[in-house]
Amino acid sequence: MKSGLKPKHRRLVFVVVAMLILAAAAGLILSALKENIVFFYSPSDIAAKPPTAERRIRVGGLVEADSVEKPGGGVVRFRITDTAASVPVVFRGILPDLFREGQGVIAEGKFADGVFAASEVLAKHDETYMPREVVDALKKTGQWKPDEKAKGSAK
Amino acid sequence: MIAEAGHFALVLALAAALVQAGLPMLGAGRNNATLMALAKPAAAAQTFLVSFAFGALTYAFVVSDFSLAVVAQNSNTAMPMLYKVSGVWGNHEGSMLLWVLILAVFGFAVALFGGNLPPAFRARVLSIQAMVSIGFYLFLLLTSNPFARIYPPPLDGRDLNPLLQDPGLAFHPPMLYLGYVGFSMAFSFAIAALIEGRVDAAWARWVRPWTLAAWAFLTGGIALGSWWAYYELGWGGWWYWDPVENASFMPWLAGTALLHSAVVVEKRDALKGWTVFLAIVTFSLSLLGTFLVRSGVLTSVHAFATDPKRGVFILLLLVIVTGGSLALFAARGGKLADGGLFQPVSREGALLLNNLIMAAAAGAVLLGTLYPLFVDAVGAGKISVGPPFFNAVFIPLMVPMIVAMAAGPLLGWKRADLWPALQRLWGAAAIAVAVGVLALWLMGTKEPLGALGMTLAAWLSIGTAVEWSERIKLFRAPLPETLDRLRRLPRASLGMTLAHLGLALAIAGMAGSAWKTETVRTMNPGETATAGGFEIVFQGAEETQGPNYTAVRGRFALKRQGRDIAVMTPEKRTYSVQGMPTTEAAIRSNLLGDLYIVIGDREGDKGAYTVRLYYNPLVAWMWLGTLVMIAGGALSMSDRRYRVGVPRARRPATAKG
Repeated sequence: MKSGLKPKHRRLVFVVVAMLILAAAAGLILSALKENIVFFYSPSDIAAKPPTAERRIRVGGLVEADSVEKPGGGVVRFRITDTAASVPVVFRGILPDLFREGQGVIAEGKFADGVFAASEVLAKHDETYMPREVVDALKKTGQWKPDEKAKGSAK
Repeated sequence: MIAEAGHFALVLALAAALVQAGLPMLGAGRNNATLMALAKPAAAAQTFLVSFAFGALTYAFVVSDFSLAVVAQNSNTAMPMLYKVSGVWGNHEGSMLLWVLILAVFGFAVALFGGNLPPAFRARVLSIQAMVSIGFYLFLLLTSNPFARIYPPPLDGRDLNPLLQDPGLAFHPPMLYLGYVGFSMAFSFAIAALIEGRVDAAWARWVRPWTLAAWAFLTGGIALGSWWAYYELGWGGWWYWDPVENASFMPWLAGTALLHSAVVVEKRDALKGWTVFLAIVTFSLSLLGTFLVRSGVLTSVHAFATDPKRGVFILLLLVIVTGGSLALFAARGGKLADGGLFQPVSREGALLLNNLIMAAAAGAVLLGTLYPLFVDAVGAGKISVGPPFFNAVFIPLMVPMIVAMAAGPLLGWKRADLWPALQRLWGAAAIAVAVGVLALWLMGTKEPLGALGMTLAAWLSIGTAVEWSERIKLFRAPLPETLDRLRRLPRASLGMTLAHLGLALAIAGMAGSAWKTETVRTMNPGETATAGGFEIVFQGAEETQGPNYTAVRGRFALKRQGRDIAVMTPEKRTYSVQGMPTTEAAIRSNLLGDLYIVIGDREGDKGAYTVRLYYNPLVAWMWLGTLVMIAGGALSMSDRRYRVGVPRARRPATAKG
């Protein structure tokens, strides 16, 4: 190494190292994408084609009115609906502050034996805010009422 | 009246920016000193006008002028003054106004302190800075007028989003914007250099302090945001790889790379094209971040502007700025011939390695953030890419970088031998391995990532300390010589040492999270739970009243081996105006770890509550680490070599930064 590499070889080393890093990054990204993507389902999607029990998915829709039960021990049961279909959800933990009946919500977890076991429940931080996925799912079933939202913000 | 004056000032600021963008550029091309000299007064006028507009909006917030739509929707008479003021940027329109204000101030700083830049170059920098401003003025005036009136004005405002009513978040947006917008300086300098076809050490010395400042602010902004998420959202975590967090993290990664490659330009006259490219990419990522946050294309806590017109406008701006500058780079970048050659094993080589890995990491984060949008756009379904993806990609990329980071500063410029450098690090390696083994022994082998993180933190901190002690010949030379060397050490070099140490501390803090424990349970008054070696006795909850909210406050007595230590009082607040509940976690923090208590809903009628208890080891180290990093950036910025005007001719022989 004392004499150093010839310019041609030097460039080769840089290119090879850069390529290696790029290839490693690309490989990591591809393998991680394959394993860690979470698909979004509406309750209708689940009714039509239930996902396998191993797969982590997200379910979004509205929290069905009068469906929230707290049998104790920090366990919460409720149903997520897009008004065409609904899914029973069981969750253990503290619900987000904005979790309410009739409110848009996204739950992440696994669907097995007809029940969605959520490990995470997201309700976003604005009372007029509706997750996009939920909006689209509601639009599909014709239940989306944008005027309600407009009323909220023009007050 | 004042609001209309503010609106008018904003229109005039646009006019000033048009002058500043057009004429000096023209003058620089024709070598017309009169036209070039226009840049300075134009920049001053623009800054004054936009400051006036910002002042007018602030005034409207302070006096609660609810005839302004933004004030009515984001403020309330009952709010404490701090939040009335921070409400100015707690909404879409006001935050964009803050953005252009900072942009104008940065431009004005060049006009003010850039007296020793070549006049044509300065004129071009100011002109480009103004071009970016024009885009944002148009955005404000056409789609997001902060001074829009509503009639009839409501009696009281709708209150600032309660989550934003927090001291941490009051300062998070300005910090973040100082970072984002600070990178516009590197961008303007890069474009001006491309136009002139010249990049040299003097250029790098100009770019470095601005980039350092932007980097330090962005570091602070991200840390504040993360800290806020940690204590305010009540989830016990500090980073979620949320798209908006990523939006601020990508420019940070690219900016960190830029900071390091600019060193190579400054000291060795090499990597010029790459550095200019990074400057463009960094600012483009800042714009992309703004687009992601402001357009509402992503589901996120921050997505408060969901007007599609705005999203399209920012996207257009992004395409013009990024596309235009990359096209210019493609046409001119090749002309930036590199001077200093170097071997793969050298300081330059190590810095380049840092750059490549940082760029790959930024690319990976970009891909993960945009992939769901892409999949949705082509109609292949809705997906989300969450923390598991980012952890799986990001951590393996960072490990080799941190390993190399301790060795890099020990390598000489131009050509170095790896072996002697590694020999000096054998002690660091031994201690790092010992720390890793100790971590495994103490915490068990269930979370090997925690032990890996501790190993890396020990390796990096000791490696950095070794490099520093070699510089001052600690224990190798007589004490007076060591002290003398310490005094003469350039601040930029001390800054580097500090920043690297800060990162090591932060890594230790992040690694600690691998061992966090979480318990969710229902607690009756008088019941005891345990977490982090504490016994926690629930003493019941009571209703309390705040200035603009009501709260349920839980009382928890903290004991260790029967001895009383403290009382913790987490709250669940309901803000009266918006009827919105928020969680106020109670956190007891020390260097060992944080005990974190969240009170949830009432269960049954005997005063039982759902309670969530976390023990998060070492979290405080992360905040300490970021503070040390920022201090390193600030120290480096204060290096007098960056303040002494037009740098002298390059002296490679003494270039031992």
